[in-house]
This record gives sequence, structure tokens and C-alpha cells, in this order.
Amino acid sequence: MPAMNIAWHNFTPVAALVGGLLIGLASALFVLGVGRVAGIAGIVAAPWRALWARGRRLPTLRAHRTRLAFIAGLLLAPWAWQIWAPLPAASVDVGNTGLVLAGLLVGVGVRMGNGCTSGHGVCGLSRFSKRSLANVLAFMVAGFVTVALLRHLL
Amino acid sequence: MAALLALVCGLIFGLGLIAGGMTDPAKVKGFLDLLGPWDPSLALVMGAAIAVAVGPFALAKRRKDRQQKAWSGEPIELPEVQTIDARLIGGGVLFGTGWGIGGFCPGPALVALSSGFLPAFVFVIAMLVGMALHDRWLARR
Repeated sequence: MPAMNIAWHNFTPVAALVGGLLIGLASALFVLGVGRVAGIAGIVAAPWRALWARGRRLPTLRAHRTRLAFIAGLLLAPWAWQIWAPLPAASVDVGNTGLVLAGLLVGVGVRMGNGCTSGHGVCGLSRFSKRSLANVLAFMVAGFVTVALLRHLL
Repeated sequence: MAALLALVCGLIFGLGLIAGGMTDPAKVKGFLDLLGPWDPSLALVMGAAIAVAVGPFALAKRRKDRQQKAWSGEPIELPEVQTIDARLIGGGVLFGTGWGIGGFCPGPALVALSSGFLPAFVFVIAMLVGMALHDRWLARR
């Protein structure tokens, strides 16, 4: 096993800490102020489900107004950011087929496991939830293995 | 009140995702690429977020246990389930695999979508289909 090779030229510790601080702050405000866990997968899935299930057995979108407001805030973020600074660059290294596959896997996976990087990762680990830790370990290992396979082993 | 607060939370959360580099799939994959030149940045994003949130979550738990409400007057709802089962782990594996392929997780994908990044649009549509697919046919009854 070769020694770990750190990409120092890509490492952005200050930006990462500031970003994490803001994410933690938002999660803290959400649970103390609104009373819920800031898990994006659940926040998106609940109103989305109400929408496609056409309110037959589920409450209508009105019941999801705080979730929809949170999503609206998320969607406003890049616009607010651009008031002060240009957005950081973003790029993908997969085509549309890869993106569709990735989206399907993420969509099914976060519903099956009941959470994602925010719900289980940030909020769950902050509550010292063993259940969340188990899910986080599963998605981290799967993420590491997938990138290793795609970039180095296949 | 609750909705306005939620909007502000979403905004701060989204700004944090952008600042932390989470909205760039290349950055995310740099973190997931242990065998390549590894970029540890995202571990710091997660670590800082948790360091900030631990205290407030403990406080929220205490307020809930005392039957106190959130600031907006809404009840405090914290997950009670503690079961660790195949669905929890399997769901994590599927999610992690998709995360590794695209470099997107749900929050950053929404932010990137709103910034007009076309790949995020494709990803989010597929993610919504995946969620509906699960909730319609794969959810435990």
C-alpha cells in the first residue's frame, strides 16, 4: 500500500471550515427554530411525494411549507452568493448516462436509508446516532470504492 | 414565522455548501478519490458542521424532553428510530455509489441546479424519479 498522496494544491481548509460552519449553523437554527432535522433528502422527498401522490392519502403541499421554504432558501443561495462574488467553478467527469444513473441511485438510496450527507451525516452524527453512523460509514465506503473502481481499477 | 426561518436556514445552508466546495462534483470526487491525489477538504466541511451543531442538537433534545417547542412554536421532532438493518446499510451503499459516480449529493445538486449548471439539472430529475420509484414500489409497507 503506497503512502497516501495528499493533493495540497486542491486542499482548501479555510473555505472548507467556513462552509462547514455555515452548514452547522443552518442545521442548528433549523432544529432549534423550526424543530426539525435539516436532512435534504427528506425535505425534498416529502413534498415531492405529496405532489406525485396527488394528495390521495397524504396532506397537500401546505403541510410542507417549511420544507418548501427551506428548499427555496437553498435555491436562492447561488443568487445571493453572486451579489458579492462569482460562483466557484463546477465540473463533472461523467456524461448524461452517468448522471442519470447517479441520480437514480442517490434517489433510491437516500429514501431506502432514510437520509443523506446532511440528515445522517451532519445532523445524525451531531446527535451521536449509531443508526446514522452506520449509514454514513456505508455511503462513505461505497463512495470511496466507486471512485477507486471508476478512476483506477476498471 | 417558521417558513421564513426555514427559508433563512436553507439560504445559509446553501451558502455553506458553496463556500465549502460541495457544489463542485470535481471537488467531491477529489475527496472520494483515496487512491489518487486526495483532497481532504470535505472532511473539514463535515467536521466543522458537526462541531458547530453538536451543542444545539443537545439543547434541542433537552427542550424536546421537557416538552418545550421550537422558537417558531412548532413541536421539536427528532428521529426516534434506532434500528440498524439491511435497508439502512443498503440505502447507504446505493447512495454512496451514486455519489461516487456523479459527485453530487442532494443538497449541493439543488444549489448547483439553481446556479444554472446543466449536469445538476439532469441529476436532480433522475434523483426525483429515484425517490418516487422507491417510495412507490420499494418502500416497506
